[in-house]
Amino acid sequence: MDQDYIKSNVLTTTLESAINWGRKHSLWPMPFGTACCGIEFMAVLASRTDLARFGAEAIRFSPRQSDLLIVAGRISIKMMPVLIRIYEQMPEPKWVISMGACASSGGVFDTYSVIQGIDRFIPVDVYVPGCPPRPEGVVDGLMKLQKKVGKEKLSDYTTSNTS
Amino acid sequence: MPLAKTFSFIKDKFPESVYDVTESSGEQIFHIRSEVVRDVLEIFKEKGFNFLADITAIDNLTLGGFERYAVVYHLLSHDSLERVTVKAYVAEDKPSIPSVEKLWKTADWQEREIYDLFGITFDGHPNMVRIMNPDDFTGHPLRKDYPRLGNKERDDYPVIKPAFKRK
Ligand code: SF4
Repeated sequence: MDQDYIKSNVLTTTLESAINWGRKHSLWPMPFGTACCGIEFMAVLASRTDLARFGAEAIRFSPRQSDLLIVAGRISIKMMPVLIRIYEQMPEPKWVISMGACASSGGVFDTYSVIQGIDRFIPVDVYVPGCPPRPEGVVDGLMKLQKKVGKEKLSDYTTSNTS
Repeated sequence: MPLAKTFSFIKDKFPESVYDVTESSGEQIFHIRSEVVRDVLEIFKEKGFNFLADITAIDNLTLGGFERYAVVYHLLSHDSLERVTVKAYVAEDKPSIPSVEKLWKTADWQEREIYDLFGITFDGHPNMVRIMNPDDFTGHPLRKDYPRLGNKERDDYPVIKPAFKRK
């Protein structure tokens, strides 16, 4: 067969980077907006910043269809069991962005009813600071997560009870 | 019927149970014992105070008062546009008070809220359960002796580890 024909139609890569490339450019977010940050997250999806440019426009309101949990807003003690349940319902591989001061640390709400950072109970990959973060900040957080996903190794995935 | 007549009527009817009548910002405040609150409010309703604008409660722990808690009823008459406040004092050892849910349906959720936050039970309420805090919550956050950061409720959840560990 013609050498040039093969060159222009065949790419060689590793399975790992091909999979990571696919994963990081098609993150399907599950927005968990409980407060003002949830409103700001709508602006992230709107035309000015447009998360669709980064392959994350398919907002799924079902945890079973998504692989990126974006927690936007303060989580109360009554909401935490719901959040844990939603996180557990998401299929692997899954990532979590903690958007805003409240989700990351409780923010200014240091009271009996507000969880002081969701990372106390569920794993978080990227923290986006701000109150609320600007849409650009969330996009930056998503790009950081994409970098992180791109660097993952398939061999890194080991079940926690065997390691 | 003008306000003043209702007031003297109630004072005559429950001489033992009216602690005091004061005035603030041109509004009469009735300080009464909690046992008679339903009867007193029923009279107010008959006399034209048809609208229960709000129920709230006060913890007098640091304020001082006739009793530890006060449940406060704000009534409004739509005809005469007069308002009256009724403060019913509830003892600390057995915080309970008759429900007025039968008089005003709106009292239902407001009484549940007071039960949730102050731990005052309303006798005769059809559904005396918490309205905002989780069902398994203990404690009543708006009591003055409840710590601001709670009793570790916010730290009491299972810690979820990722199912796959990324090395
Ligand atoms: S971080 Fe600020 S904007 Fe975001 S949920 Fe908290 S208070 Fe609202």
